[in-house]
Amino acid sequence: MNDFNKTKEFTDRYILLSHGDGGIKTGELINKLIIKHFGNKILNSLEDSAVFNNFSHNKIAYTTDSFVVKPIFFPGGDIGKLSICGTINDLACAGAAPIALSMGLILEEGFEISHLEKILKSAADVLKEAGAFIVTGDTKVVEKNCMDKIFINTSGIGCISENVNISPENIKPGDKVLINGSIAEHGLAVLSSRPEFNFKTNILSDCAPLYSLVRDMLNSAGKIHALRDATRGGIATILNEMSDISKTRIDIYEDMLPVKKETRGLCEFLGLDPLYIANEGKIVVFADPSDADKILSAMKKNKYGAQSCIIGEVSENSEKSMVVYNTKIGTRRIIDRFYSEQLPRIC
Amino acid sequence: MQNNISSLINKINMESKGLGQINIMEVCGTHTMAIGKNGLRQILPENINLISGPGCPVCVTSISDINNIIELSDNPSNYIFSFGDMLKVPGSKSSLYEKRSQGANIKICYTPIDALDFAKNNPGKNAVFIAIGFETTAPLTASLVKKASENNIKNLFIYNTHKLVPPALEFLLSSGKKSNIDAFLCPGHVCAITGSTPFNFINEKYHKPAVISGFSAEDILKSILMILKQIKNSCPSVEIQYDWVVKENGNPIAVKYINDVFDYCDSFWRGIGKIKKSGLKLKPEFENFDIKSKFKTPESQIDEPEFCSCGKILQGEKKPFECRLFGKSCTPDKPVGPCMVSSEGTCAAYFKYEKYKI
Repeated sequence: MNDFNKTKEFTDRYILLSHGDGGIKTGELINKLIIKHFGNKILNSLEDSAVFNNFSHNKIAYTTDSFVVKPIFFPGGDIGKLSICGTINDLACAGAAPIALSMGLILEEGFEISHLEKILKSAADVLKEAGAFIVTGDTKVVEKNCMDKIFINTSGIGCISENVNISPENIKPGDKVLINGSIAEHGLAVLSSRPEFNFKTNILSDCAPLYSLVRDMLNSAGKIHALRDATRGGIATILNEMSDISKTRIDIYEDMLPVKKETRGLCEFLGLDPLYIANEGKIVVFADPSDADKILSAMKKNKYGAQSCIIGEVSENSEKSMVVYNTKIGTRRIIDRFYSEQLPRIC
Repeated sequence: MQNNISSLINKINMESKGLGQINIMEVCGTHTMAIGKNGLRQILPENINLISGPGCPVCVTSISDINNIIELSDNPSNYIFSFGDMLKVPGSKSSLYEKRSQGANIKICYTPIDALDFAKNNPGKNAVFIAIGFETTAPLTASLVKKASENNIKNLFIYNTHKLVPPALEFLLSSGKKSNIDAFLCPGHVCAITGSTPFNFINEKYHKPAVISGFSAEDILKSILMILKQIKNSCPSVEIQYDWVVKENGNPIAVKYINDVFDYCDSFWRGIGKIKKSGLKLKPEFENFDIKSKFKTPESQIDEPEFCSCGKILQGEKKPFECRLFGKSCTPDKPVGPCMVSSEGTCAAYFKYEKYKI
């Protein structure tokens, strides 16, 4: 790439079909806008594939995720930040440090460049915080009204240290279940920023990159059996998945589960259940009971874990998946998987 | 267990001792859900039997109305505005949800005023508001129609299925067969509009206790205790537990809205049948806002599926577990009968919270 292209500002105001045709305009978009925010040695070479030299670790985690959130800007984040956090957190749940990410942008003709730049900048900020890089990518533009503004796909690879073995298959009766803070805020933040909902709240999305939290937990040397980020479908969905895979019954306690007062109020008003609402910065931890306190105190020291707490335990082996909610009035009920979407396009 | 709850349970245990089985019917889907969600059946004494009545408006909407609404969405000039819980209700052939996936204009709204705004901004397109619910939502529909009339809006319509709770309760108590209902847990939200007076017939004519209840576990337990005391003292009356919201005379402004816009009419309740004066129809001067005045919609009687027990469940004669379809061929994903179609239906609530013994 020549220096002329690197320094000159990108002056178009809207995405045009020609920004996706592979020609001069596409080159300008990549060089002047995308490289501006994500530039690094591997990406700047603009090869068809990113080429890595030596992985010193013997285990590699690899994941992908697509982002179609509506609206693209919401209290506490935007689709750019979300697209990086989503992939970093998926890697983190395998105990993997993020190394390299790809980003595929699908843009609608006419999309404002100022919005695109804001999205790329917030993605770059969170990449920097997490110490990860975009090393390859792709851009496509589709005709006006064929889609809604911008969709992003990211994939990522991460390294897992040799002694780390985190998988739902490790979950055993007796394990403590922990979470790094209050639930249901991402879903409600997105919902309340949609124009059709005429109400205001102060709820912010919890969208955050959680690898540093996982790293601190791993460094505590406590035995972590499994991790899962509680995104779409909320903690109810991931607890059921974990119960299913490990063939265990999981008991959660209402009086231990953190739900902010405002979240609870809004959920009651809208007839929603916070257990089923998406988070983007919450990780559920299954920990060996003898190490739970050690892990908890490591979590609490991280900025994304100050409100961490134990919310339940794995109570017994069970052939059918079973997640039980122990209410604060001393009764029990099933936390089932849900049958219908509470809110579409939440991530 | 929290102290307030365990003290209420102790009192309920004491008051219910020696009374025999007491069947208490709740007639609000939100109560049905709150009872399941809080697991109240687990802590109540065995002789307190909570049964669910026709308290979910989506569930009691006739299948011919559902079919008509779905058919209206086939017309590309119609924009259907509906509360979210109607979308998945299956008609005979399709659902609004499925129609939306095929490009029909169906919008979920949280207030009927969305339909009015759309109509104002889109002359030439019909905004059709699906007016569903009991006395709780009828004032909203009435205000929509009044505003449309005042603003001379010609492209706003309602598909009206509004129903009234007290006539349905009277039908259950008077329906010839020996009623097994000993007391009512009356619907807090409905009574916030109507007040307690329209429910007075429960004790005056049928000598049964009734308590208008709030929606927390504590509210419901307090209301059950009030019912037991009425039974024990043989002094049935209509009491208000939810007294920080419900007044004896209700909300006179909301009631006036209903009375200004609607007349009473007979209405068909799915699973139960026709109940006299249990519905609302637009007064003649507002009839032009009725979508049925513009598009012909057939009134047809469609039979419920074989083996479906919803009729008996809605009238408190059976529990969902006693239906042979429950949880097998009838689930929230593929509902067969009306009590499974809405998330606040009796069968859906039992399926969600109480399908396993734990």
